[in-house]
Amino acid sequence: MKTDPAGVLTGVHYLDGDFACGEGAMAAGCRFVGGYPITPSTEVVERISRRFPMMGGVFIQMEDELASMAAIVGASWTGTKSLTVTSGPGFSLMMENIGLAAMMETPCVVVNVQRGGPSTGLPTMVGQADMMQARWGSHGDYELITLCPQSPQEAFDLMIDAFNLSELYRVPVMFMMDECVGHMTEKVVIPEADEIEIVPRKLTDKPPGEFQPYVADERLVPEFARAGDGYRFHTTGLTHDERGYPEMSVKAQEKHVGRLVEKIRANADQIVRFEEDDTDGADVVLVTYGITARVAQMGRELAQEQGVKVGMIRLIVVWPFPEKRISELAGKIKAFIVPEINYGQIVLEVERCAAGRAPAILVSHGGGGVHEPEAIAEAIVRAAK
Amino acid sequence: MSTVKESPVSEAVGHCEHPVSPYLRMDRIPHIWCPTCGIGTVVKCYATALEEAGIDLDKMMIVSGIGCTGRVAGYMNLDAFHTTHGRAIPFATGIKLSRPELGVTVFSGDGDLTGIGGNHFIHAARRQMDVLVILINNFIYGMTGGQNAPTTPLGARSSTMPFGNFEPPFNLPHLAASCGAAYVARWTSLHIRRLTKAFREAIDRKGFRFIEVIAPCSTLYARLNKLGTGFNLMQFYHDNSEIRHGADTREVDIGFQKNIVCGKFVDEDKPTFQDRMHQHYEEILKERYVPMAPEGGWIHE
Amino acid sequence: MKYWRKPLDIDQIQIPQGEVHIIADRCKGCGFCVEYCPKDVLVMSEEFNRKGYHPPKVVKDGECVNCNLCEMICPDFAIFSLSVENDSGGDTAAEDGQTVKKGESA
Repeated sequence: MKTDPAGVLTGVHYLDGDFACGEGAMAAGCRFVGGYPITPSTEVVERISRRFPMMGGVFIQMEDELASMAAIVGASWTGTKSLTVTSGPGFSLMMENIGLAAMMETPCVVVNVQRGGPSTGLPTMVGQADMMQARWGSHGDYELITLCPQSPQEAFDLMIDAFNLSELYRVPVMFMMDECVGHMTEKVVIPEADEIEIVPRKLTDKPPGEFQPYVADERLVPEFARAGDGYRFHTTGLTHDERGYPEMSVKAQEKHVGRLVEKIRANADQIVRFEEDDTDGADVVLVTYGITARVAQMGRELAQEQGVKVGMIRLIVVWPFPEKRISELAGKIKAFIVPEINYGQIVLEVERCAAGRAPAILVSHGGGGVHEPEAIAEAIVRAAK
Repeated sequence: MSTVKESPVSEAVGHCEHPVSPYLRMDRIPHIWCPTCGIGTVVKCYATALEEAGIDLDKMMIVSGIGCTGRVAGYMNLDAFHTTHGRAIPFATGIKLSRPELGVTVFSGDGDLTGIGGNHFIHAARRQMDVLVILINNFIYGMTGGQNAPTTPLGARSSTMPFGNFEPPFNLPHLAASCGAAYVARWTSLHIRRLTKAFREAIDRKGFRFIEVIAPCSTLYARLNKLGTGFNLMQFYHDNSEIRHGADTREVDIGFQKNIVCGKFVDEDKPTFQDRMHQHYEEILKERYVPMAPEGGWIHE
Repeated sequence: MKYWRKPLDIDQIQIPQGEVHIIADRCKGCGFCVEYCPKDVLVMSEEFNRKGYHPPKVVKDGECVNCNLCEMICPDFAIFSLSVENDSGGDTAAEDGQTVKKGESA
């Protein structure tokens, strides 16, 4: 359906990534935000707090990140699209309730504007070291979806996709920006409201009494019933059966948690998304995401001037990871170059998928700044020999 | 209770089922609570209060945390949420703010709401979040095997304070009142009629309403402290509880096997978080303000 | 009931009568109903229910006044009383056929 125009600030703007992200949420139909201030993400909620009262949204600054995440999971159960925004330390605090959202199959979006870590780290400077945490941060088995924008325009566009994916698969979606993209100001074009397609919350049409909250459809996703619509459902963080009642058994664990994992894995082909450029016949392929993709592009051009054939894969959906494509390419190229602002996270995934057929070479940056394009170019040229 | 039981419930169920069965998930009864545990009694009083209040129960949510009392959500025939440890109150906040027409009851234990959940408790009270918080205080962390709780009285034994507790406990009515709660009361699970009436009253009020219910924990608290079973604790409540409505909450702390002061301590009319939000935005933004609709922020065709 | 003098409205006041229903298999033998019944209508029986607990039984026929205290205080939803308007008689079956009729012991 078309989105609610009240949230769409149509026009050509000059916005930073954080503000664009907030605009994206509002355009996607988000109407509840619980947040806690943390640099460099705070501008997202500052923007939302300013515009929400004009569109029937509610923003509340909760007392901490744990409360923020709990509040947005609760809010989502009334059918309201909900969002929270944080950075590294807050992301760690939210993990238990991200697991709750995954277990209860609650659609919501968590924005992490990554900064240097670990611990308090570099509050005002860029990092990309939470990428594995986005996938594995909460305890137990679950799968979720993670997106990574590289510009303020993408911060707007991909937020709409984030909310849509969250609704389609009833998973919490991690939106992994970084401080550079968040604090970079660029042109952002926001289209007319009727050009923005959103996925509404899929409600059941079964009457109360017949409806069971965790009966999966053919995509392995259950139908939803809003709190307050008379369904008298029960939902819990305990392993549960199709009625939502706790069932502590091997069978229930396999059935429920197995489905939580399978619903993303089985649908991975529809979810995976990346930008591929010139990989045919390439010697070396760059695998990048976020701000590093833009820097890596410069490094790529430098290497191409030296005659190296360099392709590029820019991850837009990072989790689920594009295993098939990486595996395919691994058989045809000399090496993958993975520049990241961390000490090696996504490179491990590339290496896993390459399965030894092509090395995955990390070009690491500890955080606090972006790579030198020359360093990336040098790594590319060395790998091509 | 009227002398002639004419409530629609008993007519609907006839003579073959317990009168509050429409309010319970009968497919999960019998429940898991121990013999002589007080939680079942409190649930019965709450169910009776819901019946007497005559509100639309499709619009009453119940949110629990983790623990023995946290299992209450699983037995009530309402939209029920069994959430993570300590986070029932912010979860309830999210529900209430995103669909304002709903009523929300948080039903959880002393460790859950004031231990790990302490921060959320005081802020929700401070903000006057419009939720009813029913806290069953059994002075211990029951479900995990009897550990010390923020409410365990001085000198009482627990599995993590095997030589007796030396940490001063919370005085919960005082905590709630000092944070600004609009309705603060304490009863024991023995005071069944006054407790039901307190629930009734609180359901009709708005703002942060807090009712502490002292209830026996037989398997852990009573056993570890050699107090017998929940039956003996009920006898203790009978002989040692004192009703002092309007008492100064500074004076209602509970010592080990000492007097328990019960009653309604605070009952004030205060603007809720949402009242203040609406009033403030209307004043500042005037006709630009679009409040969240009572039916909630769900966007649909 | 013993009065020190006869109340003026004794002809108008009707003491309610109640019928105790016990769902024996839910009972966990806590003893609250027995202890707190104001008319001492109940005692713990010698029988065992399915779980091995001793459920209560009515021993004072016709003395239940339908105060509902047992119903309110039972933590296990195992006992309740219903008002008896007149001698409606008839068997009423609880879900496990263990209803106690007015005046009968379990």
